[in-house]
Amino acid sequence: MSKIDPSEITPEHVYLNRRQLIAGMGALAAASLLGACASEPASEVPTPSAAASAATQAAPGPTAQAEQLQEKLTPLDDVAGYNNFYEFTLSKTRVAELAEDFKTSPWEVQVGGLVNNPQTFSLEDIMAFEQEERIYRMRCVEAWSMVIPWRGFRLSELLEIVQPTSQARYVRFETLADRSQMPGLKTPVLDWPYVEGLRMDEAMHDLTILATGLYGKDLPPQNGAPVRLVVPWKYGFKSIKSIVKIDLVAEMPVSSWMEAGPNEYGFYANVNPDVPHPRWSQATERVIGTGERRQTELFNGYYEVAPLYEGMDLEENF
Amino acid sequence: MSRKLLRRLQIATHVGALTPLAALTWLFWQDRLGPVPVVAVTRLLGRYALALLLLSLVPTVVRTVTGVSKVARLRRPLGLYAFLYATLHVLAFAGLDYGFDLGLIVTTIRESRREIVGLGALLILGLLALTSIPALMRALGKTWRPLHRLVYVAAGLVVLHYLWNYKELRRWPVLAGVALALLLAARLPPVARILGQRRR
Repeated sequence: MSKIDPSEITPEHVYLNRRQLIAGMGALAAASLLGACASEPASEVPTPSAAASAATQAAPGPTAQAEQLQEKLTPLDDVAGYNNFYEFTLSKTRVAELAEDFKTSPWEVQVGGLVNNPQTFSLEDIMAFEQEERIYRMRCVEAWSMVIPWRGFRLSELLEIVQPTSQARYVRFETLADRSQMPGLKTPVLDWPYVEGLRMDEAMHDLTILATGLYGKDLPPQNGAPVRLVVPWKYGFKSIKSIVKIDLVAEMPVSSWMEAGPNEYGFYANVNPDVPHPRWSQATERVIGTGERRQTELFNGYYEVAPLYEGMDLEENF
Repeated sequence: MSRKLLRRLQIATHVGALTPLAALTWLFWQDRLGPVPVVAVTRLLGRYALALLLLSLVPTVVRTVTGVSKVARLRRPLGLYAFLYATLHVLAFAGLDYGFDLGLIVTTIRESRREIVGLGALLILGLLALTSIPALMRALGKTWRPLHRLVYVAAGLVVLHYLWNYKELRRWPVLAGVALALLLAARLPPVARILGQRRR
């Protein structure tokens, strides 16, 4: 197989010393925060917490990485043909056929919990959010990655509508669990329905989106139609699919994978080449569709999220 | 056991062991192994290696039950084919997946229990394959038999390697483990005695 080109292993923006870069990012974030405050009128919706609103405004627009990733897009056939969606099957190559007739309309997402304005969003409501394209690298905990052009909107926009109360510290998500449509639910590998969670500042971060499409079209069922989370700096399993319920909660939610393997999967699940999975290395990743490998980057290369974890031991909080 | 039957079983072993390799080569050549051929090739080679390794433990049990000793001659080709598939499996891992980048491979193995147990199994199988050369068999004399009982250790490591490959508990590695446990149990002297008695 082809040799790994050094420029592929270390994208230009990482040639800088990591620490320097992270410090630089922090300064940039602070500067852009000031900029955002000066140029934008105050939001009419009360923001959930100071920390959360700071996170929202810290990184304006998609990252500079998007431009570099544009040339590395994973072919649609691979994006839609190699999926982990255990509600259908454990086989990554069989999800597409088994999910073919998955009914995504009508669809409702109930948003509640510690909010002032609980609301049920229909698929039409979801699609009414202004949709934009975000090109992200998705890094699976199984040590492979894809570059996917998502279509979606910031999760923070939806959360601002329901107005989290001051007690809300985490967001808990749930996937549909419909036995009549999802044959994989018969296999008790995980405790269904699938549950994931984010800390409030992670949920409000500009990079965190709810995706409704990819490659300019609605999401194929196997990719989590009709609406899924995408958190690009965390392992893929955090980006929960086919969401039917979002709750704002006070306590850290226990995700399905945390419950299945507490020693192997933590709440944060941030991409980190220096913290191996107990049974396999996370130092490199197979780039689907290329036959190549690349060195895995901390936070999957989204270094701008580093301030969210300042002072935290990432080995402890894996 | 007639000489004819033994020959038929030997031919079946060669055909059965080589056909999947031919099919896999063809499918890889034709790019018909799905979106990530490297994974499919590595995984299938590994599965055949384990299947052949477990099969190589069957003749001994058949000999115990039936008293036909000639059947034990099938162990050698089955074991050697298992080693062949295991070697190809590792070559696919190192070559197709890691481009023979030694630094990367070493980092990966060092951090990965899954790869360490696999490597352990390969080393044992290599040793057993080497000591299957007639001249070495003779040279080893009485130590050959206890040495070759290491095949159970190798099979155990392979099962663990297979089990650890997945995030969750999967059916096939568990079934392989059960099969290995039964094959090993059949060799324990008290069990073997009971199995042997039934032929009288």
